[in-house]
Amino acid sequence: MAEIPSILPATPEIFLACSALALLLLGVFKGDCATRLVSHLAAAALLVAAILVLSHSGARVFAFNGMFVVDGFGVFMKTLVLIGAAAVVMVGQGYAAQQRMNRFELPVLIVLSTVGMMMMISANDLMALYMGLETQSLALYVLAAFRRDTQTSTEAGLKYFVLGALSSGLLLFGASLIYGFTGTTNFDRIVAVLASAPKAEIGIVVGMVFMIAGLAFKVAAVPFHMWAPDVYEGSPTPVTAFFAAAPKVAAVALLLRVLIDPFGGLTDQWRQIITFMAVVSMVLGAVGAIQQTNIKRLLAYGSIGHVGYIFLGLAAGSEQGVRGILIYLAVYLVMTVGTFAVVLSMRHQGRPVENIAHFAGLSRTHPMMALVMALFMFSMAGIPPLAGFFGKFYVFLAAIEGHLYGLAVIGVLTSVIAAFYYLRIVKLMYFDETPVESIDQQNDGAVTVVLVGCGVFTALFFFFPVPIMSGAASAAASLFAG
Amino acid sequence: MAGWPILSLTTFLPLVGAASILAIRGDAATVARNARNIALWTTLATFLLSLLLWAGFDPNVTGYQFEERADWIPAFNISYHMGIDGISLFFVLLTTFVTPLCILASWERIQHRVKEFMIAFLVFEAAMTGIFCALDFLLFYLFYEAVLLPMFIIIGVWGGPQRVPAALRFFLYTMAGSVFMLIALLVFYFNFGTTDIPVLIAQGHTLSSSTQIWLWLALAASFVIKIPVWPVHTWLPDAYAEAPGGAAALLAGVLLKVGGYIFLRFSIPMLPIGSEVLAPLVYALAVIALIYVSGVTVMITLAYGDLKKWVAYATLAHMGFGYIGMFTMTTQGLQGAVIVMLSYGLISVALFCCVGMLEERANTRDIARFSGVVETMPVFAFAMMVFMLASLGVPGTSGFVGEFLVLVGAYQASSWLALFAGTILVLGCIYFLWMYRLVVFEKAERADSSGLKDLNWREVAIVVPLVLVILWIGIYPDSFIHETTATVGDLINHYQTALAQAGSVAVALH
Repeated sequence: MAEIPSILPATPEIFLACSALALLLLGVFKGDCATRLVSHLAAAALLVAAILVLSHSGARVFAFNGMFVVDGFGVFMKTLVLIGAAAVVMVGQGYAAQQRMNRFELPVLIVLSTVGMMMMISANDLMALYMGLETQSLALYVLAAFRRDTQTSTEAGLKYFVLGALSSGLLLFGASLIYGFTGTTNFDRIVAVLASAPKAEIGIVVGMVFMIAGLAFKVAAVPFHMWAPDVYEGSPTPVTAFFAAAPKVAAVALLLRVLIDPFGGLTDQWRQIITFMAVVSMVLGAVGAIQQTNIKRLLAYGSIGHVGYIFLGLAAGSEQGVRGILIYLAVYLVMTVGTFAVVLSMRHQGRPVENIAHFAGLSRTHPMMALVMALFMFSMAGIPPLAGFFGKFYVFLAAIEGHLYGLAVIGVLTSVIAAFYYLRIVKLMYFDETPVESIDQQNDGAVTVVLVGCGVFTALFFFFPVPIMSGAASAAASLFAG
Repeated sequence: MAGWPILSLTTFLPLVGAASILAIRGDAATVARNARNIALWTTLATFLLSLLLWAGFDPNVTGYQFEERADWIPAFNISYHMGIDGISLFFVLLTTFVTPLCILASWERIQHRVKEFMIAFLVFEAAMTGIFCALDFLLFYLFYEAVLLPMFIIIGVWGGPQRVPAALRFFLYTMAGSVFMLIALLVFYFNFGTTDIPVLIAQGHTLSSSTQIWLWLALAASFVIKIPVWPVHTWLPDAYAEAPGGAAALLAGVLLKVGGYIFLRFSIPMLPIGSEVLAPLVYALAVIALIYVSGVTVMITLAYGDLKKWVAYATLAHMGFGYIGMFTMTTQGLQGAVIVMLSYGLISVALFCCVGMLEERANTRDIARFSGVVETMPVFAFAMMVFMLASLGVPGTSGFVGEFLVLVGAYQASSWLALFAGTILVLGCIYFLWMYRLVVFEKAERADSSGLKDLNWREVAIVVPLVLVILWIGIYPDSFIHETTATVGDLINHYQTALAQAGSVAVALH
């Protein structure tokens, strides 16, 4: 029997789930004319949940019989996810209203999948992990197919669903193997079992490999990345923005917790897999993007590359590595939301345009938008003194500390290749004079706020890095303490 | 005066100028005029400010002066640390001195998007100055990479017809070189837990010799790309030829010198064993590059090629001298290297500005299209002659002092080295004199250069300071050498002690 106080650590999740239901009711009674209101309320609910998350002391607390854990790591990750989701809801609203997808379900589904992500981040048990993951994924499948009257969106939804189901199957299979060989699903007890045995049984290792494969699907790491470019391209742009931002962060968080917490004793075994995936993700992310002409596909390959860098930090397997990853994720989130806010604003006579050729001459017609986009592109390429550089810096630092010199060299070389296609966008905006089709002036207040916020963060991160750095440091420490 | 953060002010004053240019409103002509004026006055003020550094610099003190330190990322033990010594003092002065001249050189050439151009230029100056003032490796790296952004934009937006590939190549090659430096930075940080340059200099020699060699190679990656060594040289002639007038001058005059500065500031003091072991490699690469570059320059002259490319290669040849001088590890060699870099910084700026003046008048850069310029532009011909003789190292010009000192140092290291290095001087004579004859004297039927106007006041204002300083260094070099003596002596002492310690450790191990 769970006592009442033991559900208190889950207050933000409970609050958010209740808000989602309330918003759903509001939508049902008011109809689609209330979409704007529902969006605003959803963003507000996400931010309130973020405040609730942040009000936690950071101590390690359990709930639901040890299935659910709240610690500094969880607080950091949940804050990122919530802020990312709120920003996407804000910037997506105007786009949705204009593109005949003005339905109140969009923000509600985003909130629901965010609840799933928070559950994932706090999972301390294989069952809780799976529940959170599926809550998130089910909402995401619907979101991908949100424009059900277009072929690309339904294709994206179906593709994501089929591959997502496959990956869930892999994950479940792995989890069942682990349960079979350790006799428990609780992370803490798995640690104890692993520690008591002199050598890990092969069944546990195989189970772990399957779980890693399943999670690698969710973060779109090579070789489990095939879905990402198609789904990114096919989904409506606000949904793509959401895909690139929040679920990525949540899935990385889950992977970190699983690999560091229950499987921390098997570091030598999983390091090979993570190292391999890091190398191929970095290379494919860099090379694959060069040929792309669709900005969303390009960003999809870019995000595959980013996962490669994140895995680079993970391969180090150290607290420094996790700290680097957390900083990287925070920076990545801001850059991604900002970039997609620009992509959302790219419209020609009300019709969204996604070909990168449309960026030509943007610096003349939309100087401020071109400037922030250039900031994001340079930052994604990891050019100092922008925020993206610091993300890469701390990840590479961890790799060097882990004596992964070869990996670090591959990492910096691929970042040079990746710089090429990010620079191509800057080149189009600044060096090419004539626009293909004129881009409408954007006059969405929410988009402007998000753009300015993300731009200032990206440009001036070097000036005040301390809050994020110390937050990431204590979050990483809490993950390793557990 | 003492309490003022002069270094930070010098570094960031251009950014203040850039911000005020950003605030200009009005019609296009007003904006362009005001942007030019603000940029010029800001850079002049920066130069005056940097003269305070020279005035307040105590040449007898070893170590760093005008130091500033503030917490930056305390969790990682990384701080904002600025300071200069006898070597970086002149690099800072070089930057602040030539930037206003380069703005003057771009005065009429840049007619469209003047505001943005001037902003990019000022940002470039700030980052450039920061490179030479930073005493924290991470801070240095930040400035080093930040230089790329404005230069990329400058080449890509205001460059010549092939500007876009030139800009992309410039960016990617330079970045490829510098990411290895990032890895070296991380290894240093991992070993010593700090990125503070003085600490790294004090402790760097304790690294094992294999680590030192790898780190040295990582740091040298940018040198290989900048010197340039086949096959990574292809970015260079394009970038220089396509960059708009003043920017090419800054690129060749200042940015190219950073490669040498990295050796002086990082490789030699922090990695003495690596430097000792790999010095022959530097000699070989430098001599090969010198011969290659000279060969290409002669070819361009023979083929009546692009005048700007010619200057790019011609000025490049001399960087080899700087590198050779540094690694002789003699007082003369090192001081010579500093003077060589300083003097060729000035000469490259001067030559690029001269070519820009010709280009502005004739709208072409073909050597074949010019002839008998001396008839129509006597003042120009005179200035060009001073710069050319300085490049040849004629006594009384800045070129002579540096080359002489380097050759003295090289002779102490190896007489063969001195012989090879000396050969380049002869090759240099061929292409410089040849080009000068073709463009300035020869009276051919190539009529494009008839009716060219001589220099106007603006252009005279660019040329005169350069001529004066070049002659000053040539006639009374002591005002410059004097300031560097203590620092160079300290550097050599440190280097020898570190090597001796490493030697005794090696002996003890045996």
